Amino acid sequence: MSVTLRKLKENFGGALFDLGSAFGDDFAVVHKDRIVEVSQALRDDPDLRYNFLIDVTAVDYPQRRPRFEVVYHFFSLPLRHRVRLKAPVDGSDPEVPSLVPLWKGADWFEREVWDMFGIRFAGHPDLRRILMYDGFEGHPLRKDYPVNRRQPRVGPRN
Amino acid sequence: MALNTPAGGFFASRLDRMIGWARKYSIFQYPFVTACCGMEYMATACSHYDVDRFGAGMPRFSPRQADVLFVVGTISHKLAPTLKMIYDQMCEPKWVVAFGVCTCTGGFYDNYATVMGIDTIIPVDVYIPGCPPRPETVLDGLMKLQEKIQMGGGGQGSGNWAADN
Amino acid sequence: MNDELLETSTPVATNRMLLSFGPSHPAMHGTIKIDVELDGETVVDAKVEIGYLHRAFEKSCEQGNYMHSIPYTDRLNYVSPLICNFGYAQAVEKLMGIELTERCKYIRVILSELSRITDHLTCIGASAMELGAFSVFLYLIKAREYVYELIEDVTGARVTVSFVRIGGVKADFPQGFEEKTRAVLKKTRLVLDEVDRLLTKNRIFYDRMRDVGVCTRELAIQYGITGPFLRSCGVEYDVRKVTPYLVYDRLDFDVPLGERGDNYDRYLCRMREMEQSMRIIEQAFDRMPQGEINADFEERPIPAAEMRDLSKFGVTEGLVRRQVAAEPTLSGSERAFGNLVNIQNRKVILPPKDETYSNIEALMNHFKMVMTGHGLRPPRGEAYAAVEGANGELGFFVVSDGTDRPYRVRCRPPCFPTMAALPHLLIGYTVADIVPTFGSVNMIGGELDR
Repeated sequence: MSVTLRKLKENFGGALFDLGSAFGDDFAVVHKDRIVEVSQALRDDPDLRYNFLIDVTAVDYPQRRPRFEVVYHFFSLPLRHRVRLKAPVDGSDPEVPSLVPLWKGADWFEREVWDMFGIRFAGHPDLRRILMYDGFEGHPLRKDYPVNRRQPRVGPRN
Repeated sequence: MALNTPAGGFFASRLDRMIGWARKYSIFQYPFVTACCGMEYMATACSHYDVDRFGAGMPRFSPRQADVLFVVGTISHKLAPTLKMIYDQMCEPKWVVAFGVCTCTGGFYDNYATVMGIDTIIPVDVYIPGCPPRPETVLDGLMKLQEKIQMGGGGQGSGNWAADN
Repeated sequence: MNDELLETSTPVATNRMLLSFGPSHPAMHGTIKIDVELDGETVVDAKVEIGYLHRAFEKSCEQGNYMHSIPYTDRLNYVSPLICNFGYAQAVEKLMGIELTERCKYIRVILSELSRITDHLTCIGASAMELGAFSVFLYLIKAREYVYELIEDVTGARVTVSFVRIGGVKADFPQGFEEKTRAVLKKTRLVLDEVDRLLTKNRIFYDRMRDVGVCTRELAIQYGITGPFLRSCGVEYDVRKVTPYLVYDRLDFDVPLGERGDNYDRYLCRMREMEQSMRIIEQAFDRMPQGEINADFEERPIPAAEMRDLSKFGVTEGLVRRQVAAEPTLSGSERAFGNLVNIQNRKVILPPKDETYSNIEALMNHFKMVMTGHGLRPPRGEAYAAVEGANGELGFFVVSDGTDRPYRVRCRPPCFPTMAALPHLLIGYTVADIVPTFGSVNMIGGELDR
């Protein structure tokens, strides 16, 4: 077990649903309310030093309860290791705490997740659509959004 | 009237051809470059393929000064109003070239975000297929456009021409 | 009279002015909108609006099978499509536990580096053009055209190549490719030398680039910026060095670093990186394991198409390794090449074309591979794999539910964080500095908006 997983298990045993290593990637499934706390520990712990927030995204599992999983990828440049955190979020009122206070880079990534999946980030300074336009209804990367349902802004000619 | 006076009719038709000839070698294009096709647009415009040979070497970056709108690359629904606005800002006579398959039909981006062919928004004169079209195809399309200008086609998508792929 | 005028004129009121750059603007290669607020000529606030080239890459990948996503990955970063190809394949291969063949790894390294060169050439060329150095643009596109010809020799396409296969690549290098590449590198070096003389010590260029758009290390790390942009701030992070993939750990190359993190450093980083890429390519050719080739009885190599013609006349005896090409246009994908390049796993890789067209087992195998519901089915799970794209860390996060269609494909675009940080690089500088700073970001719409 890598140092990251050991540390996470020791310090946040109660906040974790699952933890392990699959396909060469370390991952931990974290309770969504404690995601900020865990990420901060990843960043500030001298044995972990995850200084890069590489990516924030989400996966939609309509059959599962809870429906969404917000996925974070971290990377430590000084120690050269990676970890993936996953936070399950309920589908009825999806909301996770924002990581913007810790990493400014989370800003746009979280906006994209809001735009594509409709997951709100509590404490985000400016949660707007980023890739789609204002007036677009729905969140296209959800599995129940049909791939070719268009919402044109300029009507078809003739 | 023109039919009754053959001399006058003859003269008018020659003038058209004169103007057409002058116009086809002074194409001021507005490149509306959005995506991958821009790479081939760059390649065509530069010294290797040299679009200047066809009198189309001067891109104008104001739609008010341009005759030909080159729509190069995928148009998304977010961008569509901008394209329409730029087309409306151009002065008559004006021509539109759909560069690449995304602008012709939408290509394989059949999804919620993209416009399936710019001819659903603005009239198109010449279609250049390919994903992206090779520079040779672009030049062929350009020659088709010149032919159309020479014929006095006033733009507005009057009859659609396609470059041979 | 002049004094009178001076006395009566009131000082110019410095009202704040709002100015929109884009979405279609001459200095914006790609569609993006920057709303800047100006105080005189100084930028006091900037807002970046993206999404104009959103083409639903991630949603489209979920519609087809694992192979169907490959053409979409070409069009992510269309300036260096091969790197995107290989990045996606790497994530799927990680999920399936595939170890590539040795020769294939070298092929991928060589093509990645060629792609990186085209990307940097385009970036430097376009940003120099926007500063008025049009001839530099022409020179660099000329060099890019050489590299495009090479890429076309291997892949058959100039820009959108779709060259990768899960577990391999489409075809081996054509004969004579190594010599041709070395010749092209020589010519490219000459062009780079010319450009170096035109730009690096050019007073105008230097003044417009130096100390403009300064990015500190802390800011870059806060935003998750990677690639040449991060390295120009002096942070040594290159995926190829830090978490090596393919055979990068066996090749000798340097990671050029900047000091100040300004536009000029970014320009220098890119220029030096191209030199390093060329070094990598040359070393890779030296160390690449050589495979069987078609050879006549005197061990002289002969092209596959010619071999077929010979066999038509009955000249088959004595041929050292007899191979007949099924189709001249598929040259490079025959069994003799394919076995060496692609892994030997019938559930992953399509059989070579000469077998598909000549025996029933291979035909059935091919059919099973391309049929809906069959074919490539990675085990249930998820994997993240990162490669060093031309703009930084290009990551693919692939989730599989055990079927033949990817459940979710996420691309971690390298220029996305950089664009998020762009307002910090613009504020405080003048309006004219927007253009070089934006140029040095090397924003690629396909990758940014996907």
